[in-house]
Amino acid sequence: METALMQNHSLPRLGQPAPLFEAETTHGTLRLEDFRGSWLILFSHPADFTPVCTTEFVAFAEIAPELRKRGVELCGLSIDSTFSHIAWVRNIEHNFGVKIPFPVIADLNKEVASLYGMIMPGESKTETSRCLFVIDPNGILRAMIYYPLSTGRNTQEVLRLIDALQATDKFGIATPANWKPGEKVIVPPPRTVEDADQRMKAGFDTKDWYFSKKAV
Amino acid sequence: MPCINASGELTESARKILTAMDRPAPLPQIAAHAELPLYRIRSAARELAQAGLVSESQDEWQITAAGRAALERKLLAA
Repeated sequence: METALMQNHSLPRLGQPAPLFEAETTHGTLRLEDFRGSWLILFSHPADFTPVCTTEFVAFAEIAPELRKRGVELCGLSIDSTFSHIAWVRNIEHNFGVKIPFPVIADLNKEVASLYGMIMPGESKTETSRCLFVIDPNGILRAMIYYPLSTGRNTQEVLRLIDALQATDKFGIATPANWKPGEKVIVPPPRTVEDADQRMKAGFDTKDWYFSKKAV
Repeated sequence: MPCINASGELTESARKILTAMDRPAPLPQIAAHAELPLYRIRSAARELAQAGLVSESQDEWQITAAGRAALERKLLAA
């Protein structure tokens, strides 16, 4: 029955509104709409008091100030109780000297995990995989990252992803592979023959009609 | 509950938020005054309103008489 329930939920889709939720967290009852106006990184981890997850929580806490500068909030999730989360974040502070500044959803009934497709039955039916969703200030799902249970995420890549999405929104551009802030960005390719001709004379750093870069 | 603890007392963050709601103000302004993230303020405002300690009118939130009484009780006890 549980499997059937999970199969009834379609996975969230990029460019569509992120699934709404209300959940118990370590910061009280929170709804998705409480984050409206901010970017949100909603991420799941398999379980509290596990080593890879502990390194990830420390790493996310370390980038939290940089994310805050960019108007981004963090929210964790696992299928553990609020009491377990509280004990774990206190344990992290005690053992690693890192205070966890973001809320953690206690998704014991798997409601949010099912809505967001965080459970991969091929890996585990009782734990969420390492999923990460970037939701923009309008509640639109902008990026998803899925990692297996065995592999901790790269939080510098998460920061880079946020910078790239925000640059796209601000300048109407795209970003090339391995782009970092300060580097040239991709000018969207022309859509017509006329625009392609114009592009060659536009003064961009142009390799060919479809491939132009510029500084922003 | 982030605003009212198991003993029925206001939490530290609830006192900050109630104090910031001394005059009618929109939630972003209250968040800045209380130095708390906006999502925390939205969540707390719901909880405090359910308890009758704050009220909302035209997107502005203000402490109620019951809220002032609760705040003063806590301040006296502190």
